[in-house]
Amino acid sequence: MKAGFIVGVFLLLITSIIACQSEDELEFKRYYSNGSTVYETKCQNCHGKNGEGLQLLIPALSDSAYIKANKTSLACSLKYGLKGKLTINKKEFDGQMPADDLTEIEIAEVLTYVNNSFGNKLGVVTTEQVGNDLRKCN
Amino acid sequence: MRKIIGIIAISLLLGACKFNSGGKVLPIYGTRTPITKTVNGQTVTDTVYQTIPAFRFVNQYGDSITNKSLDGKIYVADFFFTTCPSICPIMHRNMLPVYEAFKNDPNFKIISHTIDPKHDSVPVLKKYADKMGISGNTWWLLQGKKEDIYQIGEKSYLVAVKQDDGTPGGYVHQGYFVLIDKQKRIRGSYDGTDTKQVDQLIADIKTLQAEPDQK
Repeated sequence: MKAGFIVGVFLLLITSIIACQSEDELEFKRYYSNGSTVYETKCQNCHGKNGEGLQLLIPALSDSAYIKANKTSLACSLKYGLKGKLTINKKEFDGQMPADDLTEIEIAEVLTYVNNSFGNKLGVVTTEQVGNDLRKCN
Repeated sequence: MRKIIGIIAISLLLGACKFNSGGKVLPIYGTRTPITKTVNGQTVTDTVYQTIPAFRFVNQYGDSITNKSLDGKIYVADFFFTTCPSICPIMHRNMLPVYEAFKNDPNFKIISHTIDPKHDSVPVLKKYADKMGISGNTWWLLQGKKEDIYQIGEKSYLVAVKQDDGTPGGYVHQGYFVLIDKQKRIRGSYDGTDTKQVDQLIADIKTLQAEPDQK
């Protein structure tokens, strides 16, 4: 009887862990696939289908170190634009990215897409995180 | 019956092959005017093809570039502006392989006309060229009077350009790469935003270079 109870609890625990994992997985997939659509319509013309950028005019999106270092300001850059000197993939850029009035969820989706494409593996960016970051824009 | 189908299939196949690889001669586009003249007492009709007329623009080095600068050259023309947020980055990303393929050929040029000459001054074009990694005299970025550029775009290269403050960037234009031969005739028009068509352009330039009257 006691053994049966332990096994039962154990099974419950296992299933709930698997369920949670797939919930996270699902969330990621939802963000990622919607993000690819946002990317296609809003980013791809300039940054390229493979995030390759264009020479020294438009930076590539494959610099994971840059993305990590600027994690909390990327949402602001997307919404309000970005100007001035940047070093990405060891190349210096001095152009301007136009602002685009994306919603918080669109920003979260497209950041999740970029964070996990073009060789980046940086996980999900949630709408809550984007909301927090946007409140602190300069 | 089966034989007939076979023969038809084979002849279609041959026809298709001929059409594809028979790129020995590229078509000539634009309006054509028949002219009748008398040669040695005989009346002959000749076809006059549309050609690119005289023009005068300035390139990214501040040098004056005219139709004469392109005498004896095969060239590709397009229309863009440096602050373009829509198709220009794609077009010039796709133009780079064309530049790389032919940059050492003194008889080949690329001319990109800015449709926003007010912003795209000579120094702005030079900076753009530097950032694009283009140097030398294979790829010229041309600036000139706005009316002249719009006119040559629409009437001669058959590419629509117009100002429209309602669109992102403020201009509407088509992303065509237009291939011009040494006789200044239009030999092809390719969607510069489509890499497959740009591959075709590179193949067609080679085909054109092999034509007897292009040597």
